[in-house]
Amino acid sequence: MIDGTDKTKNKDKENFYEYTKKESYQQEKVENENMEIEKELYTEHNKEYDIEHDIVVIGAGPAGMAAAISAFDNNVKDVVIIEREEKPGGILKQCIHNGFGLHKLGRELTGPEYAAYYEKMVNERNIKIYCGTMVIDITKNKIITVQNKDGIFKIKAKALILAMGCRERSRGALNIPGTRPSGIFSAGTAQKLINCKGYSVGKKVVILGSGDIGLIMARRLSLEGAKVEAVCEIMPYSVGLKRNITQCLKDFNIPLYLSTTVAEIHGSGRLEGVTIAKVDENRNIIEETKKYIPCDTLLLSVGLIPENELTKNAGISIDNFTNGAIVDENRQTEQSGIFACGNVLQVHDLVDYVSDEAEIAGKGAADYVLNKLNGQIIIKTVPGNGVRYVLPQRINLIYEYNKNREDYKREISLFFRVTKPFGKIKYTVKLGDKVLNTAIRLKASPGEMEKITIKANDLEKISNKDEKITVNLEELS
Amino acid sequence: MERELTCIICPRGCNLNVEVNYNDGSNKNKYNNGYSKNYTIIVKGNNCPKGEQYAIDECINPKRTVTSSMRVSNRKDTMVSVKTEKNIDKDKMFKTMEYVRNTRVCAPVKIGEVIIKNIFGTNIIATENID
Repeated sequence: MIDGTDKTKNKDKENFYEYTKKESYQQEKVENENMEIEKELYTEHNKEYDIEHDIVVIGAGPAGMAAAISAFDNNVKDVVIIEREEKPGGILKQCIHNGFGLHKLGRELTGPEYAAYYEKMVNERNIKIYCGTMVIDITKNKIITVQNKDGIFKIKAKALILAMGCRERSRGALNIPGTRPSGIFSAGTAQKLINCKGYSVGKKVVILGSGDIGLIMARRLSLEGAKVEAVCEIMPYSVGLKRNITQCLKDFNIPLYLSTTVAEIHGSGRLEGVTIAKVDENRNIIEETKKYIPCDTLLLSVGLIPENELTKNAGISIDNFTNGAIVDENRQTEQSGIFACGNVLQVHDLVDYVSDEAEIAGKGAADYVLNKLNGQIIIKTVPGNGVRYVLPQRINLIYEYNKNREDYKREISLFFRVTKPFGKIKYTVKLGDKVLNTAIRLKASPGEMEKITIKANDLEKISNKDEKITVNLEELS
Repeated sequence: MERELTCIICPRGCNLNVEVNYNDGSNKNKYNNGYSKNYTIIVKGNNCPKGEQYAIDECINPKRTVTSSMRVSNRKDTMVSVKTEKNIDKDKMFKTMEYVRNTRVCAPVKIGEVIIKNIFGTNIIATENID
């Protein structure tokens, strides 16, 4: 046996020796070696990522922090937050007014206090916040490219939570004719300059837009000694909270002009005045109503746009009405493992609701990492009569096959906004023709987000998988 | 005398209908603490007891929380946000702002730290941590 094997080995060796002498072999060898080197180089420099984490949260504002806490509390301990500013807190840092946390915490806090409350909870859990770090890109494989003072690096996440918030619409989006003087600020910018930097932005102010930031700034500027000449709102109703109209405008005798817009901007160098005018129902300016108001500052509080550039990079589709990602009831986007919450998903009116939503997303992401999410059937939700949008846009029936789970009987909240102000109304949620829930409200306004819950096990009886959930509004007299 | 108010206690913003009746039958336009037992106030439209209290306060002695920010003298480009610990009389808002504007804070500051003591019956406290 031993001899035999040795013989074959020797024979092989001879053959091999002869073969190596051949030119073709020499060439092949060189090619193979080159390929090896290339392969090595490739893996060295094109490594897919540098660090790995279970859950990465983008943004350390109210949504990001609440989502991280919720993910941690749902048994995923490796959570990090990436924040582009030097301090966590997001927009709350500049919202120094009070009124935060009444729903969620049962007491009235200012923005920085609310942020500090959540920051403390994040620190207690040893969740790392990378401040001064900007996310440049995300992919659908959940690889995040970030950049900070140490350079550019890539993080691979098992689940990703998007909590980038939103930004303000600018003058460019409004097409107001006139010159381009200084003294025109978005309301949020003015808020940051006054509250965080201690600058004065102007002495005679006109505010366009009666959203909450505009109203809050009217009060803030008045208290700081500026004269707010007018707040103009293009719609026939204010979109701000009613209490802000009372405590920010009426308290300081600031006039609110409805169905009015800024028709022209005057001044070279510094703003000298604006022409305001009434608009008709099609929002066209009525020439006869034009009125000149001298002022040195114009604040624009004309809406917020969710910051979804990164979301789009990951190939996630955006809802035309919310301007945020299309999500399911766990706030999971179309790309599995990527979740979204807070103002990047839909613009909220109260931070308390942002925290609630972030908790759903955080739990969803944790469940995803722990392989607890396995959606099977998707039911779409659609806005019906009088409703502008419904969020989540789709619902996964995941509990169909294990009814013993305790959350089988869970409730799913649908959030929506109405198209215009209404008096007494009735909401009806239907699956096909079957009524799932109804609710009666004495009033509704587009500025206030509405909520109605449905039971998950009601959806079990779905007969036709193309059936949709509709939220309808019915006016009662 | 009837008044329509909007409750500012919570974001719900209930519309309140307030009826103030004076026991001596007069219909005085001025409210102040001096009338304390000579009137009855009926509040309608509130969804919680806080709304009723707000309406009564608003008729007798309206109060507000003032929030602002103050310069930090030993930190570059830094402001610390502050608020009145309790609500102060509405007509004292501008006076309070004057005190706030003319005060400088020395870091470090912790949330809840008293910055100005005893101002119109309350304190000005910090609402932000500055290291």
